[in-house]
Amino acid sequence: MIKRLNISAQVSNDPVKYLAELVTGGEILNNEVVVELRNIRKEFPGVVALDGVNMDIRAGCIHALLGENGAGKSTLMKILSGTYKNYDGEVIYQGREVHLKSEKDAIDLGIAIVSQELNFVPELTIAENLYLGREPKVHGFVDKKKRAEDSAYWLSFMGLDYGQDTKMGDLSVAQRQMIEILKAVSRNGKVLIMDEPTSALTGMETAILFDKIRELKEKGIAFVFISHRLDEVFELCDDYTVLRDGQYIGSGRLTDIDQDQMISMMVGREVQEIYPPLTSAAGRTVLEVKNLNSEGVFENISFTLHAGEILGFAGMMGAGRSEIARAIFGMDRYDSGEIRIDGEPCQIRDIRDAVNHGIAMVTEDRAEYGFVGVRSIRENVVLANEDLFTRHGILDGPKIQKNVTDIYERLDIKAPGIDTLVGTLSGGNQQKLVLGKWLVRDVSVLILDEPTRGIDVGARQEIYRLIVELAAQGMAILLISSDMPEVLSMSHRIMVIANGKCAGELSSKEATQDLIMKKIVEVDRNYERHSAENEA
Amino acid sequence: MKDTQQKMKLSTIYRKYGIIIILVILFIASALINQNFLKPQNLLNILKQISVVTIIACGETMLIVSGMIDLSAGLVCTTSMCFSAGVLVATGSVPLAIVVGILIGMAAGWLNGFMVTQFKLQPFIATLAMTNVAEGIVQLYTNGKSIGGVTKIRFLGQGSIGPIPVPVVIMFAAVAIVAVIMKYTQLGINIYAIGGNEKAAIASGVRVNHEKRKIFTLSGAFVGLAGVVLMARLMAGMPSVGDGYEFDAITAVVVGGTSFLGGIGTVTGALIGSIIVGLINNILNLLHVSTQYQLIVKGVLIAGAVTIDMKTKEDKKSQ
Repeated sequence: MIKRLNISAQVSNDPVKYLAELVTGGEILNNEVVVELRNIRKEFPGVVALDGVNMDIRAGCIHALLGENGAGKSTLMKILSGTYKNYDGEVIYQGREVHLKSEKDAIDLGIAIVSQELNFVPELTIAENLYLGREPKVHGFVDKKKRAEDSAYWLSFMGLDYGQDTKMGDLSVAQRQMIEILKAVSRNGKVLIMDEPTSALTGMETAILFDKIRELKEKGIAFVFISHRLDEVFELCDDYTVLRDGQYIGSGRLTDIDQDQMISMMVGREVQEIYPPLTSAAGRTVLEVKNLNSEGVFENISFTLHAGEILGFAGMMGAGRSEIARAIFGMDRYDSGEIRIDGEPCQIRDIRDAVNHGIAMVTEDRAEYGFVGVRSIRENVVLANEDLFTRHGILDGPKIQKNVTDIYERLDIKAPGIDTLVGTLSGGNQQKLVLGKWLVRDVSVLILDEPTRGIDVGARQEIYRLIVELAAQGMAILLISSDMPEVLSMSHRIMVIANGKCAGELSSKEATQDLIMKKIVEVDRNYERHSAENEA
Repeated sequence: MKDTQQKMKLSTIYRKYGIIIILVILFIASALINQNFLKPQNLLNILKQISVVTIIACGETMLIVSGMIDLSAGLVCTTSMCFSAGVLVATGSVPLAIVVGILIGMAAGWLNGFMVTQFKLQPFIATLAMTNVAEGIVQLYTNGKSIGGVTKIRFLGQGSIGPIPVPVVIMFAAVAIVAVIMKYTQLGINIYAIGGNEKAAIASGVRVNHEKRKIFTLSGAFVGLAGVVLMARLMAGMPSVGDGYEFDAITAVVVGGTSFLGGIGTVTGALIGSIIVGLINNILNLLHVSTQYQLIVKGVLIAGAVTIDMKTKEDKKSQ
């Protein structure tokens, strides 16, 4: 059975033929090992990134690759997908040792990576993107008709109802991801590596993605699934491999292990409770938002925030939570409404105004808004606090040195020093910096938008501890999170936002996942009824 | 173990000083090839020849590091030169001529910045438009003829302080000023941040548009200064000189290790880049290589220098 799927398997551009092979061929036996990684070792100058790592990837199974940030997951997958060509150890593909020298080698074998940064040309259509670089040809010209037919076939195969002439750039993140998966599958993909595929998806989109992954798995495709969300891992995956600090820790079936055991494997110590206990909050009112409106984005948002309090904004992605926060922080404009700080109404025209009023925000997209990757920790901290660190435009070197070092030590940022480039840090440490840069100044309102997205358990715990500590010191904190357990455990009060409206407020005692979902659904229903009436 | 340590040290040195090593090699090679090369007069001449372009490169460095560019620098330099000459002829006042020259550069820079921040034009496009405007103004003002009779400013172009020619002193002063700005001021931090990740700079509370106008205006001041120095060196306002200087300046900046992607680069790098280009020109001149061949050699060497520089940076990244 192995010989039929030999390494030089022709990349089939013909979906019908390929699918027949895939579904009815019966040659790919589920549970058969497709890829074996043996004793993989990868060294960068001065650092051993991976050592002695083993992994068996089986057809028709979803294999979770787990570990904290910096554990070596990405490095391992870059070896498997041909990005890193220098490594020790063996990659065995269907019983034969192969040495992948480029991404193209990997794709030819049927190994494809669907990474966090998707590769597509936004200006081209779905069909053009699907067949980019391997367009069907007649007489040297692109056979548009065949491409259209094939694309339509593949779209319907995945049960996707978007038109193949839609531009990639017009699709949502979730839709693009589907197309990326489809691209890999249509290229004869047998092993698909999914690197944090759900980090930017809503709950609904994640569910759809998982259904598709399960369908494909039934057809014999092997998946490697990298995610920080253990709930998802246990919901979706069959096998697991755990790495820690580049070392192979263990592997097995997920049915044989529970979440706590998994976490202690990943972290290397017992983890009792990831959320620290909240201190009680009963301070003065710091922030008052009254009837804040932004047309088409959110309406009539009113709430108060007290010193020492953590107010959670729960809801689905795209419900308008980030937009409300961005308006308060001066990143976006709002049409009407009032924002009061310490009882004083204030005009916030831009971010500097907000910062001067004691508002700070850790934005949702770390790499996009959070830091300047090519510059140092020191410079990134200075950037957010120029008013404090300069006199007549000249930087105050000693003061900067002292303050930045304080932050660096207080947050235990793991980097060689404060002149390390932020882009070289792990996600968790980057996030600590993005939060920490505001701690130099007197912040009274701290807005955290998805503060733990895409970071590992260890760093998450540290950030939770820091949030609670800051609240205890009297900071008023607005926590936006799509992670329900997080928002439930970390908030004194929870406001549910749906469709740009406030769907209700819950105390931490009464709040449950079900109750939050119920509130969201109510608003959605009202909204639908309302718009139906309007149309009528 | 000891071996790898040593190897690492060497590569660190190379990464940090790559461009200087290239300069040193070129220097030694030039000295060996031609005995006239090492004469102090020749060396000072090289510096004098690169002074105007290097002053422009000072401004261009700030722009490129912040992710922008100024294509109009050459012709704005010409404009400054001609108007400065005109003012000198009309009033006989050297200080006034200098101030007018610099102000014209600043005005053009501010306008570039205004177009970029207000109309959201790409710096490439905005400054390309400015190039045409500047050329038109120069032609209108001079009728295509040189403005002579500006001997009063001779000291600035031909004089020297001790053994050092004045244009060279001005060049080093300009480099020093920009080096200080980029390293020790708020504006410097913002230049690197805007070029590195503009959105993050905005989200950190930097008023980016304001800063961009500031950078353009400041860069314009250096372009204007370059115009004045050029006028003093030629002792005339020549409408035909200056075009293309922007590319020489950009070349110096890029050879000096500044990333076109923004966020990385130094003005001392630009100075070294400028010296490298000047050295190459000089040695080819001494060898009586014709200009056509000079251009080809220059092109190849530029591509080579930048390639080596980028390679070393890539190594750094993969670590």
